[in-house]
Amino acid sequence: MASPAPAVVLEGLTKRFGTVTALDRVTAAILAGQITGLVGPDGAGKTTLLRLIAGLLKPDAGSISVLGHDSVTDIGAYQRDIGYMPQRFGLYEDLTVDENLNLHADLHDLDEATREKRFADLLSFTGLLPFKSRLAGQLSGGMKQKLGLACALLARPRLLLLDEPSAGVDPASRRELWRIVRTMAGEGVAVVWSTAYLDETERCDSFLLFDGGRLLASGAPADFTGRLKDRTFLIDLPEGQRHEAQRVAAAHPDVADATIQSGSVRLVLKEGAMLPDPKILGGDGTVPRPIRPRFEDAFVSLLQVETKPAVMDGLHNGAGLEGNGAAIEAHELTRDFGKFRAVDHVTFTVAPGEIFGLLGPNGAGKSTTFRMLCGLLEPSHGSAHVAGVDLGRARATARERIGYMSQRFSLYGNLSVRDNLDFFSGVYGLAGARRRDRIAWTIDSFDLGAVVDAEAGGLPLGFKQRLALGCALLHEPRVLFLDEPTSGVDPLMRRAFWQRIGALADLGVTILVTSHFMDEAEYCDRLGIVYAGRMIATGRPDELKRRFVSVAMPEPTLEDAFVALIESHDAEARPAGDAS
Amino acid sequence: MWQRIRSLIIKEFLMLWKDRKSRFVLVAPPIIQLVLFAAAANFEVNNVSLGLWNEDATRPARDLVSRFEGSPTFRIAAAYDNPVAVEEDIAAQRVKAVLHIGQTFSADVAAGRPARIQLLLDGRRSNSALIIQNYAAAIVEGFNREYAPAGAAGAGLEIQTRAWFNPNFESRWFILPGLTVLLTIVATLMITALSMARERELGTFDQLLVTPLRPMEILAGKTIPALCIGFIEANVIAAIAVLVYGVPFVGDILLFDVGIVLFVLSAIGIGLVISSIAKTQQQAILGVFLLLSPSTVLSGFTTPIANMPQWCQLLTYVNPIRYMMELSRGVFLRDLTWALAWDLLWPMMVIAAVTLGYATWLFGRKLQ
Repeated sequence: MASPAPAVVLEGLTKRFGTVTALDRVTAAILAGQITGLVGPDGAGKTTLLRLIAGLLKPDAGSISVLGHDSVTDIGAYQRDIGYMPQRFGLYEDLTVDENLNLHADLHDLDEATREKRFADLLSFTGLLPFKSRLAGQLSGGMKQKLGLACALLARPRLLLLDEPSAGVDPASRRELWRIVRTMAGEGVAVVWSTAYLDETERCDSFLLFDGGRLLASGAPADFTGRLKDRTFLIDLPEGQRHEAQRVAAAHPDVADATIQSGSVRLVLKEGAMLPDPKILGGDGTVPRPIRPRFEDAFVSLLQVETKPAVMDGLHNGAGLEGNGAAIEAHELTRDFGKFRAVDHVTFTVAPGEIFGLLGPNGAGKSTTFRMLCGLLEPSHGSAHVAGVDLGRARATARERIGYMSQRFSLYGNLSVRDNLDFFSGVYGLAGARRRDRIAWTIDSFDLGAVVDAEAGGLPLGFKQRLALGCALLHEPRVLFLDEPTSGVDPLMRRAFWQRIGALADLGVTILVTSHFMDEAEYCDRLGIVYAGRMIATGRPDELKRRFVSVAMPEPTLEDAFVALIESHDAEARPAGDAS
Repeated sequence: MWQRIRSLIIKEFLMLWKDRKSRFVLVAPPIIQLVLFAAAANFEVNNVSLGLWNEDATRPARDLVSRFEGSPTFRIAAAYDNPVAVEEDIAAQRVKAVLHIGQTFSADVAAGRPARIQLLLDGRRSNSALIIQNYAAAIVEGFNREYAPAGAAGAGLEIQTRAWFNPNFESRWFILPGLTVLLTIVATLMITALSMARERELGTFDQLLVTPLRPMEILAGKTIPALCIGFIEANVIAAIAVLVYGVPFVGDILLFDVGIVLFVLSAIGIGLVISSIAKTQQQAILGVFLLLSPSTVLSGFTTPIANMPQWCQLLTYVNPIRYMMELSRGVFLRDLTWALAWDLLWPMMVIAAVTLGYATWLFGRKLQ
């Protein structure tokens, strides 16, 4: 890296929207030739900062200097040198890849000769060449992002602003995006990559960590995680104990953070603290393994928030759950949409009290499988049993036994918390004393007492998530369906959420969760990898990882395993595809 | 089951009540339109420049002419003695109409034979032509009463029946009963089409579908609140028309309300069909408006259905507004009997059954 020069300098930058302070006195520098990660949960101020740098907003106080020019007075001087890719890039879905590129070239006034050369470069660079004449609307999520990136790169920007480019993109495409952006940084471009995924930050050269509009930390990721040296451990635990162990560990005074990672509990110790005896966590005597700290560990220990342990007592009271056999049984589930087979003979079972994750890229068929299992979609072939009931025969009975929480926390936003609870308890047929008890239980267990009369729509994300989960549990379901439950939520909330889910599983509730998010998958007991409409692998997360241990990858992550599984599936499928 | 539907209904009312926008949609546009239509949309025509082409100089003809002269509506602007000049002046819009009295007019009147006068109108302005025709008919009728022997066939122009019920040509009387119907359908369609699309947009629709609620219960939970609101809205607007604007209400209020229930049900069916097809609230609104403008035109609100070409008239038979419009005017302005109203009630029942049935089917099919 040749002496990096600052491409962007922020000085006491403040931006308010009404009474909300989106950015609060931010001072930082973004260097050329580097990838700078802009990290933080939804609503941290990432998009606002990108828009301010792009000159689309004016700061309320402080200043921004971009490539040596002031963003307010001198924007014309640098506007051509920045490439901005918003969260929803403005692709015209009814135009082809080529036409989209041409349109953006017109907007940038590129002449014919430059245009041809840039198109050829970018199309081969992004691997979109074979899809040149395909409609943008028919590209996969990952390819759309690559096309967006190609459009943003057309005019050879010196500063590239990317707003959550990897959101909703499968791991394989995500790696492609990183490769492209890494090459750009190598050519001296200053890249700003905003993300809500903390694990992505570790790949950046430097990072700016935001929460609630404030810059909490910045610097090189390695320095940030280096502070936790010798403070992170992995404790292997026997099957069925890790939720309990995680709760005990999280409450321990020497522990800053405890999370579930596959079959183990991951501990982050407080500064200067000693490792607690693994026996009190119910370990079987194996020595805790020291492990490399992650960015997320550092983030959580930086915040040092005492989280109240989740208590889920009083659900089911142990009754009504002892079904015999599997809680969820999918047999040869198949779904066709016209000529397109979205799900192809998927078979799997989930045991009672198990947390099962359906993992796969967007469009792989995991949502379709999920929707068939909770009765939102009829299978074309095959059958599904949920909580001992055949969905094809007695869907209404099955529905009384399942709870469902969608990605968007589907609540009635203009109704109060209590109205929402009243409504959902009513449609689940709860009445009289039971209804009152269940509502009281929900308000109590999910800490909703303070907001009970507030409009659900105006609540902070964490409250909405808790309310949505509370509504899904009102009727004490045996099986809980969670659709991407923690997308966009900050790591602390995610921890609290999964603690509750763990406690629920310990009570015997079966949980089926979809995700395209590797962090979330670590919390699952078992995973099913869905790809191209098929279930290409099932197993415990550590089993899946272990399959891909090699000299090159001594400790593969779940993402490594996922990408390897998909690649080997593609390699097998290809000869068959050519033959037909 | 009833408890589940009850929860849905309570929620539906709460949502409407707590959402400032939907409250606004229900209250403000009807009032604004009521005031606007009552004040501005005036069908009355005054001071019409009338040409006179009189080929008969005797007393009955002169008397007829003086009746036109004496009316506040007409002003004799020109006299003609040949058809060429008449045509020229109408084409150039120098006169709005020409009254032609033939040579045999007085003789026919005296002999008690049907006498013919001709009213030449500027057909390019069909609406005002129609009104002018009505005014002229009223004058001719007065003339008939004096000259035609009792029991004999009337002289001159065919008399439009509408003048019987609105002898003063008060256009408000004519507009407001129709407007009541239109405002009711707008409110009902909006509520039903939007509420379903909104649930789909928010994702709460899936949430409903995974509860033990059956499709029929969800539809009932959507239908009943909309029915209540449509019913109340229609009655409030009717009351304003009567109490504030002095439109008479001579018919049976029960008949009006029975009609409104059937009418609102058919509107809810249409709204539910739209919302089953629309994916977003925007599409739902677009659907409502795409449907509303042609059905308003084909309802007889501004132009009589009898004046439409045959194929247009056929289209009006599937339009619930057509029936309710006629029923509303019937109970407001004349004492429409239940027997006569039956012909208007049963088509609305059929439309309601078909649209609600289709919506249920569509809804069930979407779940597959």
